[in-house]
Amino acid sequence: MLLKNISKVGANNLKAFQYRAISSRFNSTLVLIEHKDNVVSGSTLSAITAATKLGNPVVGLVAGENPSQVIDQVSKIEGISKVIVAKDAAYEKPVAEIYTSLLLGVQKENNFTHLVSGHSAFGKNILPRVAALLDVAPISDITDVESADTFVRPIYAGNAIAKVKSSDSVKVITVRGTAFAAAPQGSNQAEQTNAPAAEIPTLTKWVSEEIVKSDRPELSTASKVISGGRGLKNGDNFKLLYDLADKIGAGVGASRAAVDAGFVDNSLQVGQTGKIVAPELYVAVGISGAIQHLAGMKDSKVIVAINKDPEAPIFQVADYGLVADLFKAVPELTEKI
Amino acid sequence: MSKFRILVGCKRVIDYAVKIRVNSGKTAVETAGVKHSMNPFDEIAVEEAVRLREKLKDRVSEIVAVTCGPTKAQETLRTALAMGADRAIHVEIGEKEYADLQPLAVSKLLKAVSEKEKADLVILGKQAIDDDAGQTGQMLAGLLNWPQATFASELQIAEDGTVTVKREVDGGLDVISTKLPTVLTTDLRLNEPRYASLPNIMKAKKKPLAKVTPKDLGVDISPRLTTLEVKEPPKREGGRKVESVDELLDKLKNEAKVL
Repeated sequence: MLLKNISKVGANNLKAFQYRAISSRFNSTLVLIEHKDNVVSGSTLSAITAATKLGNPVVGLVAGENPSQVIDQVSKIEGISKVIVAKDAAYEKPVAEIYTSLLLGVQKENNFTHLVSGHSAFGKNILPRVAALLDVAPISDITDVESADTFVRPIYAGNAIAKVKSSDSVKVITVRGTAFAAAPQGSNQAEQTNAPAAEIPTLTKWVSEEIVKSDRPELSTASKVISGGRGLKNGDNFKLLYDLADKIGAGVGASRAAVDAGFVDNSLQVGQTGKIVAPELYVAVGISGAIQHLAGMKDSKVIVAINKDPEAPIFQVADYGLVADLFKAVPELTEKI
Repeated sequence: MSKFRILVGCKRVIDYAVKIRVNSGKTAVETAGVKHSMNPFDEIAVEEAVRLREKLKDRVSEIVAVTCGPTKAQETLRTALAMGADRAIHVEIGEKEYADLQPLAVSKLLKAVSEKEKADLVILGKQAIDDDAGQTGQMLAGLLNWPQATFASELQIAEDGTVTVKREVDGGLDVISTKLPTVLTTDLRLNEPRYASLPNIMKAKKKPLAKVTPKDLGVDISPRLTTLEVKEPPKREGGRKVESVDELLDKLKNEAKVL
């Protein structure tokens, strides 16, 4: 069939035809770069590592009003072969409709086989919209890459692990940050090109944000995390955890119960519906260990539970469990550490 | 836009409190004989629709609940009706097809229903707690070319149809402003869903429930993803207890070497 088609085209066109045939078979992966305050997000660095496992050249897409520092950072990351740059004030805030328009334009020009981002609020918001408009089924929150079309992802709050194979021509993927190491900075200098001008939809206006300021390490990338639950009784008592966290350089998290009770801000929530963490050390204080919470932390290397209820389900996953009153045990721990 | 019609999507899922089991063939999770209920995020979606009507009265012309699934999914629609939806639409999917029904297909079905019902606001949960995909709302908004307000924790709709939404994002909240028609997805803190009272459950049995098929809607629901295997996650060797803070510190320093 293919040969027959080729025989129909003139000798001069044959070369162009072959070139097109080759270039359309040339696989490559686009990673949508998330950044804030001129720094590439941790989940993006993990997504780049996942992307390199697909075995194809990896291209970064950096969008923003003036993202020059981010472009510099991305072009030095090991495994990045090219950086596509979209500079426009419209890209300063992550409005899904605007980013979708940009991504569709970039995809049309480049025919990537894979579009990838971190499974953060940013990536979760944008990539499914892009996938729908490409008429492909996106694959969320992957934890492993088996091959260029087969991926592993948790379902049922991490209580089952599914291996799925995509039959779509373009794979649209979000990556669980804690499942892949961050891509390291290298000494390379990837080439840069500009993204094609995209139409900028005006359906949605970004109004404002309320970001919780903290000097502690960012929860989803911290190597140690101390989390509090309903057992803390009120927000003021979280000071016990902050003291311990500051002493060992840990991030502070919370269970949904603690967030719903108003003890701390919901951006600290660890669980299926909050952040997924996998630190070296996770200390659960006054947390019973509901399925929802376990989904967010059970891949931590070492889990410690401090709870006065010896029957609390958290003890079943804890490497070290201490049955004690947290109001005595935590200050003692802080003092002796 | 003074009056608007709300469409709420609901999915019947294994109850969040059930400890799930992978089937013996490692092809899926065991669903037979397991307690099911409405996806918790969808309960929040229905609740928000009902609260919007309580607040905006006649401006909400109608609340239509929709689900895509086998016959049993009608239970979920009856729950939505008991919570305050006016009528329901059941997009019937055979048991076998339902096992492979994916968010792309659901978003196409919901698009067709939204257009047919002339919905101005579609409210969905931010994710279903079974497949944990978190895609349908964004995909539906894309297909309809409507704005999307995902992970909503606060919602206001002004007289002129301006929608202001507080969204839960990494690090805190952001606020976006858009116009109806819009697709909204709910986060946990948007509201606390009500329990359906017995009289309302009885009344819900008499509310209209229409059935349609993907074919009626002209939607191809064939799957694009094949599940090759479903397995249990690796087991943790937890369960060891220590007697004191000193022992805990000793173990963390010398055994686990994480301090």
